[in-house]
Amino acid sequence: MFLNCHSIQKMLNIPGDKEVIALVGNPNVGKSVIFNKLTGRYVEVSNYPGTTVDVNYGFYKNYVIVDTPGVYGISSFNDEEIVTRDIVLNTQKIINVVDSVHLDRDLFLTQQLIDYQKEVIVVLNMVDEVEKNNIKIDIEKLKENLGVEVIATSASRGEGIDKLKEAIDKNLFKRGKFTPNLEKVLESEGKKFSCESLAEAENVFSSSVSELQERIYALRRSYVDEIFNKTVKFDTKKLEFKNKLSQVLINPVTGIPILFATLYIMYYFMGVLVAQKLVDFTMNTVMGEYYLGFIKGIVDKFVSNSFLQKIIVGNYGFFSMFPIIFLGLLFPLVVAFHLFMSILEDSGYLPRIAALVDRVFNKMGLNGRAIIPIILGFGCVTMATMTTRILGSKRERLITMFLLGLTIPCSAQLGIISGLISRLGFEYLVAYILIIGGIFGIVGMILNKILKGESTSLLIDLPTLRIPQPSNVLKKTYYKSKGFLVEAFPIFVAATLILGFLDATNLLHVIENFAQPVITGFLKLPKEITEVFILGIIRRDYGAAGLVTIPTTKGQMFVALVTTTLFVPCITSFAMMTKENGLKYSVFVWVSSAVIAILVGGVLAHIVL
Amino acid sequence: MTLDKVSKGQEVVIKNIKSKTARVYALRFGISEGSKVKCVTKINNGPIILRKNHQEIAIGNSLAKQIEVDTQK
Repeated sequence: MFLNCHSIQKMLNIPGDKEVIALVGNPNVGKSVIFNKLTGRYVEVSNYPGTTVDVNYGFYKNYVIVDTPGVYGISSFNDEEIVTRDIVLNTQKIINVVDSVHLDRDLFLTQQLIDYQKEVIVVLNMVDEVEKNNIKIDIEKLKENLGVEVIATSASRGEGIDKLKEAIDKNLFKRGKFTPNLEKVLESEGKKFSCESLAEAENVFSSSVSELQERIYALRRSYVDEIFNKTVKFDTKKLEFKNKLSQVLINPVTGIPILFATLYIMYYFMGVLVAQKLVDFTMNTVMGEYYLGFIKGIVDKFVSNSFLQKIIVGNYGFFSMFPIIFLGLLFPLVVAFHLFMSILEDSGYLPRIAALVDRVFNKMGLNGRAIIPIILGFGCVTMATMTTRILGSKRERLITMFLLGLTIPCSAQLGIISGLISRLGFEYLVAYILIIGGIFGIVGMILNKILKGESTSLLIDLPTLRIPQPSNVLKKTYYKSKGFLVEAFPIFVAATLILGFLDATNLLHVIENFAQPVITGFLKLPKEITEVFILGIIRRDYGAAGLVTIPTTKGQMFVALVTTTLFVPCITSFAMMTKENGLKYSVFVWVSSAVIAILVGGVLAHIVL
Repeated sequence: MTLDKVSKGQEVVIKNIKSKTARVYALRFGISEGSKVKCVTKINNGPIILRKNHQEIAIGNSLAKQIEVDTQK
């Protein structure tokens, strides 16, 4: 069952001559900050095979430091855990980062690593927060109890990093003390105590839970609690401001207005500042005037064939529309969205939103955790479709994927929609949110009624609220935007070429005429909007981008925005849904979205226009 | 009594978690049978937010109904 070191190095493309140190810890304990301080700028990212998870690695002297995804234990409950599990099981040296304020929680993983006979250095991070929270940790005693080196750091301030480097240089990695009686439990099952037998007993390769696993967990938990009680003194009576703020965020009376305020700030940031002001400059001035003038000047000199000219620099040309939309419009929007999301993620607000919306989501057969793929869907529906794997049951995944495909616009589409709607006026924004939100709720409730089975209940950890670290936010924004654009690039190229070809051969007019009864008759929209729908099939944001250039009345724009939002998921989301749930399901989602979009758009057109 | 009946500010000891999966998850978070926890926030018919030491956990209503607790004096 175990892989070997060599294959892990191959999987991550790590040079074979360097020894690997894995950075392991619970979510939000500051692993990435420590990783940055150790490795500096030389960071490589690789997508872990078969998952959605990216793994960063960098170099420190003769070592490769691998930054693993945050987990609560070595098991297989989600993709993050599978990746961390594989890396941990195949690495001997581990730096285990723990959060000083949540030591009782974090020590479970520490002890698990020790039980797996790994050579460990424990980094007691965020010690600066210990005093503020009336906590006292006896580090010497902790060292003695765990049997490994413990180094106190405050990574964000850069304190203690030198000591950590010194510990690595001196090779202070040590095997610690096993959980007492663990050997006996394994022996009672007829097993000899070893890494392999423990992994099997703890069920680390399966997402289900077993009785023996629970017995071992309980044993380890009570041992860890004992260590905690011996080494840590605390007083929760005088709780800090953060804990009160946490309650304010979760309590519906205060939490809902705060959530709406956050969404409004996001809308203002993306829709007004970026989609209008910045994009006006990048798309119209930089790309539209300077770039287009430049490229047309060159092409006109060499190409006289009108067919070729259309394909190259026509309305849908490969060197005209493609770079203008891709660089001038989508690029700033995608970066803006990921910047905002990274701040939200690092602040610890997202799980609190999950708790806040849990009750409403229950009505749709979901628990509050489903808000995470939904919010990520505003970044990219395809990626969000993959992250539905964090949900507890197949039923929840089917409901969430359907709602994602139907109602959630992706980052660039959202930016374009925000930009266009803010020009229509505030009442249109409210109406848009009510309509899309209403359909989200109604369709969710219907799916909850028709799908068999039961959904799982919410059970999540609420991390400490924190002010995000600018360097970490920028790093995340960079990698996520890059990932998104790299993924989008080939599809955009294909879409542009197809559309350019359709335009140059006049086939576009034929399709437009064919769709005219629906587009101009039922939806009462200009016939050019057909292009938006055709593009939307390929990529929703590309479709929405087309809206910017088509002259419409206010009412028509509103109908077009609602209809294109609800219209079919893009090709990549469709492919992802097929991969996750089979062709039958994705075709069902596709056809239903088209029908719902046109019905809702048509009804709206007859009311508004 | 079950966890969903606990009121805000009340301290309780977890007696029994019926769901095996929830038991295993909670053990990793630091909450197990016998843990003393405090209900810090409660949403009507919604999740209960528990605190043990400095750790906060949100538990959905349907799961809270499956968790038996002892009240503290």
